[in-house]
Amino acid sequence: MPTITIDGKELTVEKGKTIIQAADEAGIDIPRYCYHPGLSIVGQCRICLVEVEKMPKLQVACYTPVMDGMVVHTQSERARKGRKDVLEFLLVNHPIDCPVCDQAGECFLQDYYMKFGLYDSKMLEDKNKKSKAVPIGKHIVLDSERCILCTRCIRFCDEVSKTNELGIFHRGDHAELLPYPGKTVDNPYSVNVVDICPVGALTEKDFRFRTRVWYLDETNSVCTGCSTGCNIEVHTNKKREYKNEGRRVTRLKPRFNKDVNEYWICDEGRYSFTYVDAADRLGVVMKRVKGELQESTWAEVMPEVLTALQSAKENNKRIAVLGSPKMTNEDLFALKKFASQTLGVSQMPVTVLPKEKPFSDDFLIREDKNPNTKGAGYLGYDTDHKATRKLLDDCASGGVELLIIFHHDLEAGFETELVKSALSGAKTVVFVGSNANTTSARATYILPSCTYVEKEGTFTNFAGRVQKINRAIEPLGDSLPEWTIIRNLSRKIGKALAYFEAEDVFKDLTKNTAAFSGMSYSAIGDGGLVAEENGKLKQGDAKAAAQKTETATA
Amino acid sequence: MNVHDKYKPLTWWEKTYLPAIISGVLLTFGHFRRNMVNHIKKAIGMKPKVSGAVTFQYPEVRRPFWPRLRTLHRLVRREDGSPRCVGCMMCETVCPAHCIYIVAEERPENQIEKQPRIFDIDLGKCIFCGYCVEACPEDAIRMDTGIVEISAYTRNDMMIRRDQLLSLEPKKEYYTERPDLEGKPVL
Ligand code: SF4
Ligand code: SF4
Ligand code: SF4
Ligand code: SF4
Repeated sequence: MPTITIDGKELTVEKGKTIIQAADEAGIDIPRYCYHPGLSIVGQCRICLVEVEKMPKLQVACYTPVMDGMVVHTQSERARKGRKDVLEFLLVNHPIDCPVCDQAGECFLQDYYMKFGLYDSKMLEDKNKKSKAVPIGKHIVLDSERCILCTRCIRFCDEVSKTNELGIFHRGDHAELLPYPGKTVDNPYSVNVVDICPVGALTEKDFRFRTRVWYLDETNSVCTGCSTGCNIEVHTNKKREYKNEGRRVTRLKPRFNKDVNEYWICDEGRYSFTYVDAADRLGVVMKRVKGELQESTWAEVMPEVLTALQSAKENNKRIAVLGSPKMTNEDLFALKKFASQTLGVSQMPVTVLPKEKPFSDDFLIREDKNPNTKGAGYLGYDTDHKATRKLLDDCASGGVELLIIFHHDLEAGFETELVKSALSGAKTVVFVGSNANTTSARATYILPSCTYVEKEGTFTNFAGRVQKINRAIEPLGDSLPEWTIIRNLSRKIGKALAYFEAEDVFKDLTKNTAAFSGMSYSAIGDGGLVAEENGKLKQGDAKAAAQKTETATA
Repeated sequence: MNVHDKYKPLTWWEKTYLPAIISGVLLTFGHFRRNMVNHIKKAIGMKPKVSGAVTFQYPEVRRPFWPRLRTLHRLVRREDGSPRCVGCMMCETVCPAHCIYIVAEERPENQIEKQPRIFDIDLGKCIFCGYCVEACPEDAIRMDTGIVEISAYTRNDMMIRRDQLLSLEPKKEYYTERPDLEGKPVL
């Protein structure tokens, strides 16, 4: 392997890597526009110029492969001057729209200008005018004037989404990035081009003018749009809430995880947070009085639910529970423990398959639109759709006195007739969930639960990777995390669950479930850990987990 | 350092407080004499050049403002009457009192793109520091309306809205001329 020196630091780099990749590994920052680790290398923008000893000209760090004995200077006078000149060239026709540009604050052009630009413009000529604010897709707006022609977006559409919508047209300073005639950028991953555009040429319609990026708080989380569990950042605006207009989550951005989603997320997942503050969001406890659902309080409803549970238990009537793969591992574990220890429920289905097969592909989007079906399986739930049907059949035939349903809209997966007779077959139907649906409309009690941005916990993705979600915003109204609701019930009936925060549940879970043994929140960290059915962490992961726990405790 | 350290200790003569009392009495007496003489001159028909009293007869007579005094804000209009403000939220960001509330919207005309839909300033919180004026990249907000009488019965009414801000005009006549600023714009 070649050994090179960058800024006096000696590095041993894998053969075939380029200077910028070596520098990235060593934590040396070299400016870049066109280079993106998830895309092919083109050497288009020339901002990454570095000085390489014994080479007469400055070299582009992104395209120059490392060679043994190479000595690279990234901060030398010549290298800085080279970058400055490239930057000046890029700004010749740039409109400098920063006051109205959504990218301002996370714009590479601004950042590099502040770092090593800071010159006055020498241009006397008028700037070229190009088209502005052109919608080029369902979610994307293009501003050609701001584009620096780095071709990142083109390469994304060619290499990642493989839909080939974008190209550069015309020549010289009239060159313009545009979709091919008759095409729009509407692939299932389209908005990633907005994330990778280093400037404000591509902006998101949904985010447009909503706020400024420096007002946003970031919370690491996991997308709940499907079972892939792409890593995301939840951006919220808590400091200036008047801008939100009733929407507390401003946007989702992908977060790098080389084992799951790399740099990308799908559009469906990106806009999957809307249910958090949708009109049908449940924020108050409700109960049915004379056939009508009425607002109530925890203090009033909890004793009633407890009485119903107690009388069903005492009269040896059946209690049935339908969990949900939208719940976290913690929620599912607490539920399982409570239901089997106290209520005597052993078989618990979770799955309701939609009537129509949802869209999926071989990249990120999976057919299973639930974040935690795998986790439910590990925790001993029955993930077969048929088990749910059997439960509903039992309810319909009057065999069940009390039915607790989490989240599901049963009509999405079963015939209306069956759902109707099942829900009226049970004497009491308790619905725990975050959003109203046809099932909650028929429930006796509605207990509102938090959405994934309002609570802590873990999800297990389709490959068994356990990943952590964090609380980004306060729970809406009366809503509580599901495990808290279950814990509160358990305090009054049977054996109380001694949990105070999600981590307590997780600790109990790792002790009692083979697949999760050896894990902890600090070991899961931001990247997640793979659970194995036989209870062993994958070898590499186990080492990493032990290390992470060590550093966390130290 | 103690803040009091910068004061010199009083001498024994000052400690009698006589100098302070005497100068105070002289000042009062001087004003009394001036008012009296001026008013008598006025009463017997000798028009004095100076006004009758030493104080300003506010609100009929206004004390001229120093040109850099910061008074109530206004939003500058373009030629077509639309706001010059592009809703960049720089003023909102810099405002130390967090009293500017902006919600932006799309502007129908394409080349400018953005404008404020809501632009409220909570005058109950504003400390009239003028940072908003300094921060604005468009010179869209100014504090030269000459309005200093700001009061309301409720806190809500202390909020000044976008359209009110847009309707205000600069009041040059309230400000003094400054020879050293001759020919330069008075902000
Ligand atoms: S792309 Fe960057 S430099 Fe250009 S207008 Fe937008 S924020 Fe300013
Ligand atoms: S739109 Fe953005 S990503 Fe695409 S070429 Fe222009 S600057 Fe690069
Ligand atoms: S004068 Fe100061 S406190 Fe008042 S709005 Fe402007 S920046 Fe805020
Ligand atoms: S700084 Fe100026 S342009 Fe920007 S929002 Fe404030 S008044 Fe408008």
